[in-house]
Formats: sequence, structure tokens, C-alpha cells
Amino acid sequence: MRSLDKGRSRPKVYTVSRLNRRIKDLLEKNFPLVWVEGEVSNLRRPSSGHLYFTLKDESSQLPAVIFRSAASALRFQLEDGLKAVVRGRLSVYTVRGQYQLIANLVQPVGVGELQLALEQLKKKLAAEGLFDPRLKRPLPLLPRKIGLVTSPTGAAIRDILQVIDRRFGNVHLIINPVRVQGEGSAEEIARAIDEFNRMEDIDVLIVTRGGGSLEDLWAFNEEAVARSIHRSRIPVISAVGHQIDWTISDLAADLRAPTPSAAAELVVERKDELEERIIGYLKRIRTNWKYVSDSARARIDEILKSYLFRDPARLLQPYQQRLDELVSLPPRIIRHRLQLQRERFKSCRARLGSLNPLAILSRGYSFTTRAKDGKIVTNVRSLRPGSEVKTRLHRGSFTSVVKKIEA
Amino acid sequence: MTEIKFDQALKRLEKIVEDMEGGELPLEDSLKKYEEGIKLARICLEKLDQAEKKIEVLQRSTEGVLNPRPFPRDENPPEEPG
Repeated sequence: MRSLDKGRSRPKVYTVSRLNRRIKDLLEKNFPLVWVEGEVSNLRRPSSGHLYFTLKDESSQLPAVIFRSAASALRFQLEDGLKAVVRGRLSVYTVRGQYQLIANLVQPVGVGELQLALEQLKKKLAAEGLFDPRLKRPLPLLPRKIGLVTSPTGAAIRDILQVIDRRFGNVHLIINPVRVQGEGSAEEIARAIDEFNRMEDIDVLIVTRGGGSLEDLWAFNEEAVARSIHRSRIPVISAVGHQIDWTISDLAADLRAPTPSAAAELVVERKDELEERIIGYLKRIRTNWKYVSDSARARIDEILKSYLFRDPARLLQPYQQRLDELVSLPPRIIRHRLQLQRERFKSCRARLGSLNPLAILSRGYSFTTRAKDGKIVTNVRSLRPGSEVKTRLHRGSFTSVVKKIEA
Repeated sequence: MTEIKFDQALKRLEKIVEDMEGGELPLEDSLKKYEEGIKLARICLEKLDQAEKKIEVLQRSTEGVLNPRPFPRDENPPEEPG
């Protein structure tokens, strides 16, 4: 440090670095641990993994940073507008002469961090369409082989088995045992779902655990589980805890049951329901057939009972009547008809008579036949002088010999 | 003889009920459907009864293969939550 003047007290002249370092020491010594409440704004996430933001209130601002290791421990996402209480220490970034809060803990105000994380993840996955109701598939008609993703020693499996026993459900249950809470449990659950999808003939999956706190159920709210449920081609029932709120697995699943027992009931009910339905159909078709065949029989009886079948003679009646009418015509008319018939007969006979070829002979005509064969002669060529011929007159006939032919 | 699937049998049975109750069938068709319906109902009920009760748990072998084993049913309450 240089002196500017002799004698008088000289002001200290710092270098910039020196001053900043002093300020830094001061701040770090006096504020080694401080809690600050404010609103997050101006959030930046460079690829380094550190988070830079500004905490502010109505009139003032404080630059802050969370370094990567602390940032990765956050259970929710920092976002602009988030009201939070931040724990950290004050320091100075001497390169820029800026004081800042180096934060190592952030707690949201007004809502738990898990709750906040849950809301954020729900929003994100909903936006991707993972919860779309159109993707949800119905329970298979007859669930025979059921895959269970749950703890083999937990309350859920015990409740489910109780239901199966009580309802005499003959189902085939296959358990893929997983841890349902703790580090890595979400990944185990997700893997178990994928493994079932590689097996044959599994009709439905039940992803389930018993009751607990939000922290206990956390695995069922994780993204890995949601995605493997979404991937599953086997329909999934999610039955987590005994609570009213829906976990993310509930939202992503095809069907949600409020408890593990309820999930088991859903499956077993199926069979009973179906049985009732089929028996109902059986009754209906029996009733219907009886009705149809009885109606047909009744109609046949009607016909058999009708007047026609009882008294077939009645069919003949009209014909009888006609016959009677004919038979009972008055004699006068009969005689007249007979007379007409006689006259017709007489005139026919006369005409026949006049057409008789033999009648011509009475007028002087004759016909000649050859003696040797009896053939009627119409042409002299069939004769020679000396041929013997026979001539038929009106009365009698005579035989003669040909003397001369005249052409 | 190809086995009809449960779903198909049930669907056909429902159709038969619908047709018969529609009231438009001639007598012989009614009879045919009645007989088929009875047969299908019997098949469905048989299939419902077919499944046997089995509780298994998958165990991972050293090669990482999953094998089903009978699930031990004991009287002890669970030690862990979940």
C-alpha cells in the first residue's frame, strides 16, 4: 500500500481483488448459515448441472446458486414463480463482484416437496398423453392368469389371498416379487411389469402395495413405473394403499382399485358375474323356445278343431246340391230335349243315305270289276279283249267277256 | 374339432338370445337356435369351471431366468410394511 501524503492519516487503497476478498470473508464469517424466503425467478440450468436463479420479494433481489450435487438431491423441479424457503450460506463471486447465496436446501412454501414433485410429474406425463382415457383397456372377459407385482411379504398379497380364498376364486396367480419402497424400488417395479409382458398368456397385471405415507408410496409415483405401465400390452390394475388420492400409477393404469382387496374382488367377481349371465341366457332361451313351440302347437290344435276337419262331408255339399238340381228337372223339358236329339239323328241319317254310293246305281249307273282280282275298272287299259269282267247293277250283276276296246 | 374361445361362445350365445327374443324366427330356426344356444351355454359354463386355483411366485435363477414356484402360504403376519 502506498502513502499519498506525508504526516496526515492516509486512506487505505485496496485493489479490487483485495476488497472483494475482504467483503467475501466478512459475509462468509457472518452468514455461514442463513434461511431466506422468496420467490424463484430468472432460473437458468446450464449443462454444468448447477442451477442459477434469483430469489426476490416485492422490492429486493438476491442472486443464488445451487451447485450440482445439491441440485440433484432436490426431489422436485425448481421453476420460476415457486415460493420457497432456501437454506445456504452467503458468499461473493469475486470475479464479478457479486454477492450470492450458495444454497444447499430448498423447501417449497405452502406445499410439501413431495407433493410439489408429484404435481409437477403429473402435469408432465399428462401433457405427454400417458393418462389419456382413450388408451385405457377393459378388464379381459375371463381373467385366468393374473400377474401380481408386489411385495411377497406385504399386506397387499395377504389381503388379496384372503379375498381369493373367501370367494372360491379359481384363478392362477403369479407373483413377481419386488420391494415396494426404498431406493431403487421404482426400477424394480418397472422391470417386473416388463418381465410379465415377456411371458405367455398373462391376462391382467395387478400392481399393488398396502397403505403408507406419501413417502412410503413414493415408488408408485415415479416416472419409471408410469412408463412401464404405459408400455404394457397386458392391461394393468393399479391398487396402491388405502387412500382417496390417486398415485401416478393409478393414473397411468387401465383400471384403478382403491385397495388391494378391491382389485382382487374385481377379478373374482368377473367369474361369478359371468356365470350368472350365462345361466340367465339359458333360462331365456328355454322360456322363449317353450313359448314358440306352445304357440305352434296351439295353432295346430285350432286348425284340427275347425269345422272342416270335424265334418269332411261338408266339402261335398255344394256338389251334391248341383246334382240334385240336375236330377230334378221337370219331365216336359226332358221330353223336349229328347225330341231335339231325335230330329238331329233323323237328319243325319238322311244325309248319310244320300251320300251312299250304292244309291247312284238306282239311277242307272253301274260299276265293273275284273273277274280275276275283283278290282273296279275305271280305265280300259286294265282290260284286253277276252278279259272276263263282272258288272254290278242296281239290282243284280252279270259276267261278260270283252270283245273290243275303244280308247 | 377346433375349440371355440370363451369370448366367441359368449358372443354367439348373446346373439342367439337376441334373435330368439326378436320374435321373427320361423319355427325350425327357433329350434335350431335353441339347440345351439344350449350347447354354447354348456361350453361357456365348462370353461368357467376349468381354471384351477394356483398361487405361484417367480424366482430368479443364477442365470437371471424367472421360474415359477409354489407360493408358500403360512400363518405368520408380514414383517415389512407394504
